Amino acid sequence: MVDVLVVGAGPAGLSAAIAVAERGKRVLVLDQGLRPGGQIWRHRQLASLPPHARAMIERALALGVVIANDARVVDAISPNELVIAFRGRIDRQPTRALILATGARERLLPFPGWTLPGVVGVGGLQALIKSGVSLAGARVVICGTGPLLFPVAATAVAAGADLLLVAEQASRGAVLGFGTSLLAKPEALLQAAKYRAVFRKAPFHTGSWITAAEGFGHVQRAVVNVRGKSVTFDCDWVATSAGLVPSTELAQILGCTTVDGAVDVDDMQGTSVGGVWAIGECTGVKGDLAAITEGEIAGRAAVGDVDGARAGSLQRRRNRGRMFGRRLARAFAAREELLQLATDDTIICRCEDVRRRDVDPTWTQRQAKLWTRVGMGECQGAVCGTACTAMFGWAANVARPPLGAPTVGEWGEELRNTAP
Amino acid sequence: MTPYVTITVNGVPHPVAADITLAAALLNIGVTAFRRDLDGLARGPVCGMGTCFECRVVVDGIANVRACLAPVRDGMSIESSA
Ligand SMILES: Cc1cc2nc3c(=O)[nH]c(=O)nc-3n(C[C@H](O)[C@H](O)[C@H](O)COP(=O)(O)OP(=O)(O)OC[C@H]3O[C@@H](n4cnc5c(N)ncnc54)[C@H](O)[C@@H]3O)c2cc1C
Ligand code: FES
Repeated sequence: MVDVLVVGAGPAGLSAAIAVAERGKRVLVLDQGLRPGGQIWRHRQLASLPPHARAMIERALALGVVIANDARVVDAISPNELVIAFRGRIDRQPTRALILATGARERLLPFPGWTLPGVVGVGGLQALIKSGVSLAGARVVICGTGPLLFPVAATAVAAGADLLLVAEQASRGAVLGFGTSLLAKPEALLQAAKYRAVFRKAPFHTGSWITAAEGFGHVQRAVVNVRGKSVTFDCDWVATSAGLVPSTELAQILGCTTVDGAVDVDDMQGTSVGGVWAIGECTGVKGDLAAITEGEIAGRAAVGDVDGARAGSLQRRRNRGRMFGRRLARAFAAREELLQLATDDTIICRCEDVRRRDVDPTWTQRQAKLWTRVGMGECQGAVCGTACTAMFGWAANVARPPLGAPTVGEWGEELRNTAP
Repeated sequence: MTPYVTITVNGVPHPVAADITLAAALLNIGVTAFRRDLDGLARGPVCGMGTCFECRVVVDGIANVRACLAPVRDGMSIESSA
């Protein structure tokens, strides 16, 4: 039994774990990634991380926080007991309190050719490079939205890519408006300028988005609407997405209320379920700084330091983070055109090969599942469910255990463990 | 010097950096088809973080292993689609 179990070792989860450990309680952090740090601090070597990120991981370890990587939470029996796949085995972990810090994933919208190998997410490209993919000499086109474009473009260039284009789907006005709102956060603008300097040779266009990928067996060309003109780029990689969406599957299994696709939390980061707190991007996309603040609040609250969690400075910082998140969502909302790129023949559900023509937008999500198996494949609708919600207004996919399809070997282990 | 491990991909041994994911190793080797769809068309990694399931390969006889979540290990044997 631990005092607090944290799911997710990103900025949010690490910050919460530190707050718990500083108060003398036992905390275990689980993450399905290979190293701590979550999406933004994904790394192969600790030394490659920015100093503040490295300091946070080192501080957690120095305080005795146990971080189990390659550990996937596949089910929740109750807020006090989770089922975990760890190195090919299934185990149960009891806990007094639970903090969810499961982060966000990308909103991937279907367009002709999006299933070709070499077409990846924007964060997807970032994750693959940080996991060791070499881009030396590869021609890359990036079409996405929001602040994530800048670090990814810079990482791609640093990894040796020949970056042909960075396209932002939001309008110039929206981007300028967002930039102006950042004047109060000069360090963010400075960071953006540093990234831009790294990818200075590549053109950056607002109001531009991918319309098709073409190729045989691998992407060979990207067709991009560049400010109203269709331009074709010969390329080896296309990185594209329409922003981030909170990962709420585990929260849903626990019965936590979600609002607009994000886990609903109160001022203490408490969810609608007693004993369960939620922090970071699973409660709404708002970046790493907000995630760290929310972690501090939840870590304190989960061990009963209510006054600490209520501290005015923390609460104000968190509220500013929430406002920043709302500004992000407004400025970089996916434009209507992106929702209509799929043609009749375009695959919508990548796992079950369901095409656009096979589904009728007037159906409900349930009917579509019954009649076409859309969302019934391995990813459990993580990709197509999110897309169909955006395109057709269908209700969000309802998460069901086991999360992340354990392999046969793992289930064998669970059966053995629970046999009388 | 980066330490290396040897993985076998569809019967052929390849030296790969020891601290990368299996997805990165396969992409660096030049594997494009991690799996194939119902029409036999190639699919490869998309999200890089375990959500899309497009990077599934067979590792040491175990199906449905997400290459983007798997570390490379010396002696690992992988079957992909091509
Ligand atoms: C692919 C991707 C790349 C990104 N790259 C950048 C970047 O380079 N720069 C930037 O500023 N922002 C980036 N972002 C935005 C990023 O989400 C935030 O900046 C920040 O990482 C959010 O912190 P967090 O702690 O809320 O979530 P995350 O950092 O996403 O951490 C959540 C963690 O929870 C784990 N997890 C989720 N579900 C489970 C489960 N069932 N079992 C076990 N573990 C689980 C995940 O493995 C993950 O490590 C990226 C986002 C994505 C999706
Ligand atoms: S690349 Fe998406 S699950 Fe591995």
